[in-house]
Amino acid sequence: MSAFSAIGEGREVDQNDYTPELEPQATWCPGCGDFGVLKALKGAAQELGKSPEEMLLTTGIGCSGKLNSYFDSYGFHTIHGRSLPVARAAKLANPGVEVIAAGGDGDGYGIGGNHFMHTARENHDMTYIVFNNEIFGLTKGQTSPTSPKGHKSKTQPHGSAKEPLRPLSLSLTSGSSYIARTAAVNPNQAKEIIVEAMEHDGFAHIDFLTQCPTWNKDARQYVPYIDVNESDDYDFDPTDRREAADMMAETEQALHEGKVLTGRFYVDNDRPSYGEEKRAIGEMPEEPLAERYFDDSYEWERSADLFLDKHK
Amino acid sequence: MTDNELIWRIAGGSGDGIASTSQNFAKALMRSGLNVFTHRHYPSRIRGGHTYTEIRASADPVKSRGDGYNFLLALGDSFARNPKEGSVYGNEEIKPLSENLDELREGGVIIYDSGLLDASEIENFDERVEENNWHVYDLDLRTMAREQGREVMRNTAGVGATCALAGIELEWIEELMTEAMPEKILEPNLEILHNAHDMVDEEYDVDAHDVKIPEGSHDEEQVLLSGSDSIAYGSLDEGCRFIAGYPMTPWTEVFTIMSQNLPEVGGISEQVEDEIAAAALAVGASHAGTKAMSGSSGGGFALMSEPLGLAEMTETPVVLIEAMRAGPSTGLPTKPEQADLEHVLYTSQGDSQRVVFAPGTVAEAYTQTRRAFQIAYEYQIPAIVLYDQKLGGELMNVPASVFDEEPNPSLGSTLTEDELAEAPHDESGKYSRFQHDVEDGVSPRSIPGQKGGRFLATGNEHTPEGHIEESPENRVAQMDRRTQKLEAISADLSSQDETHQTYHGPDEAEYGLMTFGSSQGTVEEAVDRLNDQGYSVKSLGVSDMAPYPKDEVSEFIESVDEVLVVEMNASAQFRGLTQKELGQYGEKLSSLLKYNGNPFEPADIVEGFVTTIVEDEELTGIETKFVPAAGD
Repeated sequence: MSAFSAIGEGREVDQNDYTPELEPQATWCPGCGDFGVLKALKGAAQELGKSPEEMLLTTGIGCSGKLNSYFDSYGFHTIHGRSLPVARAAKLANPGVEVIAAGGDGDGYGIGGNHFMHTARENHDMTYIVFNNEIFGLTKGQTSPTSPKGHKSKTQPHGSAKEPLRPLSLSLTSGSSYIARTAAVNPNQAKEIIVEAMEHDGFAHIDFLTQCPTWNKDARQYVPYIDVNESDDYDFDPTDRREAADMMAETEQALHEGKVLTGRFYVDNDRPSYGEEKRAIGEMPEEPLAERYFDDSYEWERSADLFLDKHK
Repeated sequence: MTDNELIWRIAGGSGDGIASTSQNFAKALMRSGLNVFTHRHYPSRIRGGHTYTEIRASADPVKSRGDGYNFLLALGDSFARNPKEGSVYGNEEIKPLSENLDELREGGVIIYDSGLLDASEIENFDERVEENNWHVYDLDLRTMAREQGREVMRNTAGVGATCALAGIELEWIEELMTEAMPEKILEPNLEILHNAHDMVDEEYDVDAHDVKIPEGSHDEEQVLLSGSDSIAYGSLDEGCRFIAGYPMTPWTEVFTIMSQNLPEVGGISEQVEDEIAAAALAVGASHAGTKAMSGSSGGGFALMSEPLGLAEMTETPVVLIEAMRAGPSTGLPTKPEQADLEHVLYTSQGDSQRVVFAPGTVAEAYTQTRRAFQIAYEYQIPAIVLYDQKLGGELMNVPASVFDEEPNPSLGSTLTEDELAEAPHDESGKYSRFQHDVEDGVSPRSIPGQKGGRFLATGNEHTPEGHIEESPENRVAQMDRRTQKLEAISADLSSQDETHQTYHGPDEAEYGLMTFGSSQGTVEEAVDRLNDQGYSVKSLGVSDMAPYPKDEVSEFIESVDEVLVVEMNASAQFRGLTQKELGQYGEKLSSLLKYNGNPFEPADIVEGFVTTIVEDEELTGIETKFVPAAGD
């Protein structure tokens, strides 16, 4: 019997089940795109019948980190940029837990960029939502890794001299097996994409455009948006790596020319997740490791029996 | 000098098989009934560069590398890069012979490979040999090896010759070689071993010198292992089945041993992108209900500073290992030092709450690593095992019974679902994971996936349910509770049957030597020698760095007139910690420091003590440095 009976329980869940009693109303700024992420996440979790206690939501630091306060589940509000290493270890320790990591563009593409590349490379079976508002919001409006070139802020008074980072292309190069972009202004698509990401057996990265009406006033509200999978103007196969790469490059460029392209950009359903790879080479147990600590009948190995002979 | 011990130094280039040859040799001597202790010296280079390993063997217990050595096997550096005289590094090829002469004792034996080394290149070699009454055997090991098999087997020829000259039965070596070598290379190696042995036995007067292997026996079965082995086995026996790390010398050894053994016990090892990730993974795995560890050496541990603080604030149990090497920055990557004590105690922002143990011996490394896990999981606090390149790499024999212990897979203060059903929750059903008023400050945790256990872990200050909260009342309540855990741990540690502190020497003594961590064995040998010389000295090796064992240390200092604190660093960090914790004794504690990249030899301490404490004279050598007590 599992020591974690919330996992796979399959009980009926209501969107309100994810709303905490304390602070039921999120306190992001009026008009903030982050509300859109919260709503879409609640919708997706409900649609998949995930109970709050079989989910672990890890976040970093920033406005996005407040997601943990407004979404009721097991949560780990970590430190700036470090939600991914915490999340992926939890997944390895107990693969039945539905693991979702979230953070902002500074958190995920800046300070945590190294973790982003390597978590994608390893293809952990988890969902990663990046609240991309092209700005540092919580610290009051500094230029972020995705701020457009020329963007002026208190820390870049003459405008940023840097080209913005290309999150979708970076994700593809790094090894993510599901890559999408959605926008807070597009709640239905956002929910569908989060559902797909959670169902995907591998690292699913969602670049979630979240407008910041307070600190990024000159930025667009990300409307109108175009769904590249549905629009007749775009014809590419998201399961083809090359075509996906071209579409991503075009999308990243278009954003700074005022055109918001969204949708699924890359989907690879064939690549095994990291857990599967590790199990295949005998470096991860078949049974969830965490269960073992609650199993009174498990016979724990002793170093004296297994490893001491070679020292005699 | 009469020697009742053999200290055999095998010297060559990195890549010459010094490590494997010396390991087999040490194990053979252990099996023959002797106590052994090895000391490694190697440069931070891939190939080439002068390297040596010393094996000290005696019928009596050996706790340190000893002073100098009495038998040299100089193989010649086959990977020497700068053979030209006058090049930046000088003539490297001759170094295995030339660099080792200063520490060779009078009456010592030298075997050198005349196939590679030319002693006439060394200035005054013959004069020095005569002066020191050394016995020199120039053997063409290279040709011997080449004739039988391959040149690389020069080391086996050298071992054969050593056995003939020191009177070591070949059967012990044969047995080890048979176990360690694949058949294809075993045959030629055995032949080389015998040929070299017989040749020396027949053609030389093997009794022209006094350096002979002593005879000994063990009361119980022994195992030969390093501090790194002990730390790994201690972790495994505590049920640790998750490790995350990034390679860095000398921590890599623990990481490697764990990674090689974990698959066999259904565990998981992760080599990750950097040490921030490594420590964060350990935190994540522990949070999800496993016993987890990470570790590094100084530079990598610096990166772990923030996940360490996160573990403290979220009260996530985790064990981190810190293998000190000489700093600052990249420092001397392969050399020992004890200069990360303050780094480990104080890194990470805010008021830190962590436990730090610095084991003094291979056996203590096992028991104290286990205790680190127990404390970490019982009290939900990071526990750090602080050791160094010396303890990590030196091999010594330990009774096998030390490791004959039962496993302890307990997750400590963690609730089951049944227990959670009875536990306090807030009105929305969130589990009160961080309750204010709990015994010993420990509020039991739940694990993701458990029904009735959901809560928020956050690095921000938080309410009992984990909500972010900045009110002064809650802040003080939570800070006080977390701090209370340290007091409880301190009481817990002092109530244990066996203290982590190690006393040596007569109870009643005039003087005291104090040290921490891996210098303990060397200090104890110095104490024995000083007492033999008529001085009245005892020692205390301290392992509990945090919480600090105030009562035990105060009692020790009170019981003597004066204390010399011995540590491998330049800033007397352990003495500073002692004064900070005890708030007095500044006028009673002086320091003997060594930070030249080599560990203390007992003679350094004997000489340092007699010169500075007894005779009140200046230390003249460059090996060690004396820092007087306050007011002196």
